[in-house]
Amino acid sequence: MTPKPLKNTSDTLDFAWYLDKAVEKLVFLGGISGIIFIVGIFIFVFKEGLGFIIANMDIAEFFGNPAWRPTSDEPTYGALALIAGTASVTGLAVLTAVPFSIGSAIYISEFSTGRTQEFLKILIELLAAIPSVVWGFIGLSIMNPLIIDLFNVPIGLNVLNAGVILGLMAAPIMTTIAEDALKAVPDQYREAAEALGATKWQVTFNVVLPAAKKGLMSAVLLGVGRGFGETMAVLMASGHSIHLPTSPFDSVRALTATIAAELGETAIGSEHYRALFTLGILLFIVTFFINLTADIIVRGKGDR
Amino acid sequence: MKISVLSFFTFLTACGSGGSEGTNSSRTVLQNKGSDTLVNVAQAWAEAYKDVNPSVAIAVTGGGSGTGVSALLNGTVDLANSSRALKKKEIDLAKSKGFSPVENIVGYDALAVYLHPSNPIEALSIEQLKSIYGEGGTTNKWSDLGIKIPGCDSDEIVRVSRQNNSGTYAYFKSAVLGKKGEYKLGSRDMHGSKDVVDLVEKTACAIGYSGLAYANDHVKMPCIKKEENGACVKPTVQTASDRTFPISRPLFMYTRGTPEGATKEYLDWIKSDKGQCIILKKGYAPISETNCDT
Repeated sequence: MTPKPLKNTSDTLDFAWYLDKAVEKLVFLGGISGIIFIVGIFIFVFKEGLGFIIANMDIAEFFGNPAWRPTSDEPTYGALALIAGTASVTGLAVLTAVPFSIGSAIYISEFSTGRTQEFLKILIELLAAIPSVVWGFIGLSIMNPLIIDLFNVPIGLNVLNAGVILGLMAAPIMTTIAEDALKAVPDQYREAAEALGATKWQVTFNVVLPAAKKGLMSAVLLGVGRGFGETMAVLMASGHSIHLPTSPFDSVRALTATIAAELGETAIGSEHYRALFTLGILLFIVTFFINLTADIIVRGKGDR
Repeated sequence: MKISVLSFFTFLTACGSGGSEGTNSSRTVLQNKGSDTLVNVAQAWAEAYKDVNPSVAIAVTGGGSGTGVSALLNGTVDLANSSRALKKKEIDLAKSKGFSPVENIVGYDALAVYLHPSNPIEALSIEQLKSIYGEGGTTNKWSDLGIKIPGCDSDEIVRVSRQNNSGTYAYFKSAVLGKKGEYKLGSRDMHGSKDVVDLVEKTACAIGYSGLAYANDHVKMPCIKKEENGACVKPTVQTASDRTFPISRPLFMYTRGTPEGATKEYLDWIKSDKGQCIILKKGYAPISETNCDT
């Protein structure tokens, strides 16, 4: 035995050595688990849905027909109304969320200081932690009668209700990311502008916002992605009605809500089951591209 | 690390044996699967039957009538719950497998039509319902029925329906819209029987259908006429069990062949006053006059 005092500890196969190896393996597993899961989900969803796309799907009907009647004797699988439902709700959600979240991000990062800033940040994070079923419940029991009263419409479960609820849900995420983007703007920019005699608002509007433009855009896109995939709140607040919306007061049905409502009682392997997975593929592709776009925008942030 | 894996498996095995301890060899287990309409009742029955005959355990699972029927055909269940009668195709399939399924009616379910309490309608005919709910029907406004509802200024009939794979959806479709009928698109499709009633309760313009079991004091149930000038029947447990209510359906438990042994005893108990009181308490109609004074 040649004594190597310095390396001695790591060469003995004692408890600490095993623990070290075990933790290393565990952490590695944790590190790659994201990839494993995403690939697994991808394969599973596509395996279930692809059969329908190949065997039964009529592209023109799927994208052009609002009649989603999967359990009829002569089933029709038109997803147009579902796509329009998701798009209208998400669109309104973005319109609701963007002013709120960009506004609060600007306030938190540029105007507020010290304890106010910390307090607001914690509150926003708390808002993000509210479960979606609670939001759905708010839509169902508070927004519904409110919309009926305010606008004198027959039913308050509609695009407006779901859009506002979804906007409030997406706002904290948008705020957090937008605030990070504003924080990333170097202080020298602000100092230089202030040295030239600009007011706080002039600094923010003319210097900080243009510099953080890409980060803000990706914040909005990630918020859109969040809204697009949201299920429970939309299921409860949208009215769940197959309808091509012509006004914010129409009830609609979202893609996600359709899957959630129907999958549980569908015979596994049936045409209906696989059609629902095809909707899942559609959602998967769209959210994938939204997140990818956001990522590309963020990565391009450096070259300004 | 080897040791920890080993002890983990030992732990798992210990859990496994702990779980199965309850079923000793002298105990009979009946498998009961199917209809979601019946699943609450079936569970209540299974629960209560523990006290009647502790040597028989009943394992209840939902999943829908179709699931139960296919399990019966595959021979994995003793009793299949179904809120619809077997299709001819299914009976033929069973016969080709060498048995004939026997239907046992265990109760009745009435599908009441629900309206907001401020709605002045007292009676509706099947024809009117078809025109409201069915594809091609022309009744879209309450004024088409000659009424005005306070609090419903838009006059629009807000149709509340169920998701398309529910048994209730399917039964209402066949009973009201006819064999070839389709629902109009644009109904609000709720995910549960109770949700339908809840929404109607809050919406002046709404009409909905759901099991009688979900009725409460804040909604109104009009009587239903089979023919335009026929008698108008109120949805009650009574009219559901004597089948005079036009949209009521029997609830079945199917067995493979004539029930015998533990299965027969269980079915007999379900059909007795004790069992029928349970289904009555759950809001469905018993198969016959039932005395529940205990």
